[in-house]
Amino acid sequence: MIFVFAIFLLSLLVITSIAIVRTTNLFVAVMLTSIFSFLMAANFFILDAADVALTEAAVGAGVTTVIFLCALALTGEREKPRINGRKTARVAVAILASLMIYATFDKPRLGDPDAPVHQHIAPWYIEKTTEHMDFPNVVTAILSSFRGYDTLGEVFVVFAACIGVLFILGVPPPAQKRLNKVVEQNKGLRHHLIPQVVGRLVIPFIVLFGLYTQFHGEYGPGGGFQAGAIIATGIILYALLEGENKALQAVPRSVLLGMVIGGALLFGSVGVICMFMGGNFLEYSVLSADPIWGQQLGILVIEAGVGMAVCGALLSIFHAFAARENVS
Amino acid sequence: MYIVVSIAILATMVLALTRALMGPSVYDRVLAANVFGTKTVMLLSVTAFLYGRPDFLDLALAYALVNMVGILAVLEFFQKRSRRKAELEDD
Amino acid sequence: MIDILIDVFSWVLLILGGVCVLIGGIGGLRLPNFYTRIHAASLTDTMGAILIFVGMMLQSGLTLATLKLFAIMLFLLLTGPTATYALANAALLSGLKPDTGSNHDEVEKEEPAE
Repeated sequence: MIFVFAIFLLSLLVITSIAIVRTTNLFVAVMLTSIFSFLMAANFFILDAADVALTEAAVGAGVTTVIFLCALALTGEREKPRINGRKTARVAVAILASLMIYATFDKPRLGDPDAPVHQHIAPWYIEKTTEHMDFPNVVTAILSSFRGYDTLGEVFVVFAACIGVLFILGVPPPAQKRLNKVVEQNKGLRHHLIPQVVGRLVIPFIVLFGLYTQFHGEYGPGGGFQAGAIIATGIILYALLEGENKALQAVPRSVLLGMVIGGALLFGSVGVICMFMGGNFLEYSVLSADPIWGQQLGILVIEAGVGMAVCGALLSIFHAFAARENVS
Repeated sequence: MYIVVSIAILATMVLALTRALMGPSVYDRVLAANVFGTKTVMLLSVTAFLYGRPDFLDLALAYALVNMVGILAVLEFFQKRSRRKAELEDD
Repeated sequence: MIDILIDVFSWVLLILGGVCVLIGGIGGLRLPNFYTRIHAASLTDTMGAILIFVGMMLQSGLTLATLKLFAIMLFLLLTGPTATYALANAALLSGLKPDTGSNHDEVEKEEPAE
């Protein structure tokens, strides 16, 4: 049953991606991308990867569509037609695709218990999670403790991405006189009563759900990344409803930047504190007299760091795009 | 029985995808994306039961909460554009 | 006895919900113009969602899952119609005229007023 579902969804995915490539209208491409994201999340879910599916849900459903539309407001609607270079590109893609398809013949069957991944290190992770951390979600254990270096690297990637976007798109906040005009323009959806009422009702629940994902990540699907994206979505919803300036008043730019920097710093400093306490970098066991409690404490703190960094970065990027619109 | 429901939802997803590919207007595609969103919520909930893993309902909950944001962004996008057009005509 | 009754009732609800969803999907494909298609699609958001989720709630009894299902249903019922409203409003705002007859939309293909 799983196979039938997965193959069905995957073929829909292929159709959607071909349509995305073929359309010249960028708005249509954005909408098809959101369909792609839904299909992807359903696929991950059916293949039992709840954590990844939740990430796709948190980022794909709200944030990406909003940021794509912000970018689209800055550019034209249609893709510039290109005549040259099509042939080389097609040949290159065809060769690469056939190489990749050829490579899949060597891969083990999906869910094969004899596959190398299930022999080599996965059993060790599953065994040691209960021993070292004593909580059920192995994915969180791998991400934040066993492969803590990777996650630290990811947080720095998020940090660097945010800095990069701000460098390219960032504009100084408008002066007071201009600001009034901008505020006048940016009323958001304030005169639409239905989204206004429903949005106000839903925003607290979105933020609450984000916090739940943040702190329940050790027991169910979730963690810092998903939580940061969900909370950012809640604040973006507020910005859509009340106008972007209201959102900036609620969570000013400096706070957002502080969150990005503070999140990355928090993660790194936990590692350094571990070293001061006599362990290795990011070896949380030394944080407390009880190694299990030390691991849990370390994971809690670094997940908070990841959440802060992601939330701050997504919101900074959103505001950078939105502020750019008022300048031009 | 859950299988029957999930097949119905999958069939609806295919119909919505057809609508998204056919158009004709851009709004039809937005509509299809919206239908796809709610269908994903239902599919996730039903398959969570089909597999007997009700703790995975969190995902469907996340989608149910966040789904609306994209469509509201579309409304704001068109609103901004029609206002800009009006401004251009004023000048 | 009660168990069997609840079972049968929830299966009936689930099947009806599936049928509703399917009808909505077919309507979204077959109806002639955009505003009628919105109407068909919103059927799946409300009636289909209520039937399917109540059916699943009956199946799972008094557990945390029921609470989550109820929350999902509640948020779907709140956000679905809001999204439909936003979409219809966006279309109206950029000049897609509602059509009183059963003619097809007279939109310039893929060109929402530049």
